[in-house]
Amino acid sequence: MDFGQYQNIVTISVYGSAIALILIGLYAVLIKKNLIKIVIGLSLADAGIHLLFVAIGYLKGGTAPIFSPSVVGENVTMVDPVPQALVLTAIVIGFAVTAVALSLVIRLYKHHNTARIDQIKSLKW
Amino acid sequence: MIIYVVIFSILAVLLVASALFAIIQKDLLYAVIATGVISLILSVMFFILQAPDVALTEAAIGIALTTIVFVITIRNTTRNEDEKEINSK
Amino acid sequence: MKNIIVIALLLVVGFYLVDSFNYIKFGDNRLGAPSDEKTVGAYYLNNTVEKTGVANVITAIIVNYRGFDTLGEVTVLFLATTGLGSILYRRRKEGEHEERVTKESSYLLQTGSKILFPFVILLGIYVFIHGHLTPGGGFQGGAIVATGFLLMLIAYKNFKLGHNQLTWVESLAGITFVSIGMWGLITGGTFLENSFIPKGTLNSLFSGGIIPIIYIAVGFKVAAELTGVLDILLSIKPSKIKK
Repeated sequence: MDFGQYQNIVTISVYGSAIALILIGLYAVLIKKNLIKIVIGLSLADAGIHLLFVAIGYLKGGTAPIFSPSVVGENVTMVDPVPQALVLTAIVIGFAVTAVALSLVIRLYKHHNTARIDQIKSLKW
Repeated sequence: MIIYVVIFSILAVLLVASALFAIIQKDLLYAVIATGVISLILSVMFFILQAPDVALTEAAIGIALTTIVFVITIRNTTRNEDEKEINSK
Repeated sequence: MKNIIVIALLLVVGFYLVDSFNYIKFGDNRLGAPSDEKTVGAYYLNNTVEKTGVANVITAIIVNYRGFDTLGEVTVLFLATTGLGSILYRRRKEGEHEERVTKESSYLLQTGSKILFPFVILLGIYVFIHGHLTPGGGFQGGAIVATGFLLMLIAYKNFKLGHNQLTWVESLAGITFVSIGMWGLITGGTFLENSFIPKGTLNSLFSGGIIPIIYIAVGFKVAAELTGVLDILLSIKPSKIKK
């Protein structure tokens, strides 16, 4: 797909939103006290990095890297497939990481009866 | 192609807005639904950026499964970020 | 005070991110001309069709070129399921039998999920059988199948998953993956060598040699693992509400 003369707008929106997502996620991880909010921040930063990777792989006028019957034999440019394969892996792993982190949150809540890290006094559990 | 540019810019603004909403909101259930919306928007953006495989993965895992895992966690812990009920005791 | 420090830190990080992406222009052709294969991506695009016989280049990368990586990824998913089970483990008291703690759901949800369930499973299986032709594959299809089971787990209080069957499906899928890889090692000399099954014609269902078989195995394995994760999480006993 070619964005033509509006390339600049798309550049700003894709890079801008991806970097904004990463920064917002990092802010939540550093500032928030609630453990569930921290995990939400981690998954936001994750999403921003995925968008950044796919945006790096995109090239002007490219189509999706699938040799369907309408594309075979034609002279088409295709986008870079390597970042897409990496992101596909990263999304599935991200889900596993989120699930394990949330199970730790549940366990901590059962033990301390709070999900805020400033309320948890003892380090032993 | 202008239509895709317009859609893309609107989606980018919505993405940042729902990320901010997810961080600022005190009710965790609303915050989790906002992360689901972020996954939905990202899936459309991946599709416009010619990555249909990644879009399908994000749609299946990001929207459905991650949201439901968060919701189950909130059911087992607390819904309010500040835990007012417990602190006021 | 802490807020100011964090925002200053994030501004520095953001400045360097923006600065580095000034040099990586969006939409530039970084693959080079189609004839010269300077990057990995260009090599994959030029050689996938004749070497693997698969239409979807991403499937070829995930299952064949980086198949070892996928084996590791599936192992990570398995470890996540095991870790989840051991973190949330609790000893059952005498006479306490295992059941999910959900209320009886409404008729609307029950009937709706009973009608939708076979179609969701069918869609998931379609997605991972056609992974080498259309967008999709084992991971996406497995996640869709897990969503179908989630629907039933939420709607029906007494819907039981056979844990033995889940374990069997998962183990058989893993064994299929590894043994096809080992067979390639014996006949062709490298792990996951794609030469002992004929490639077939491009864009037909029976094409690509071992790639569809492995992706179907990955689909079953991912579906079993994700369903296991959801089942473990849904069977937590909620703690008593403190006042």
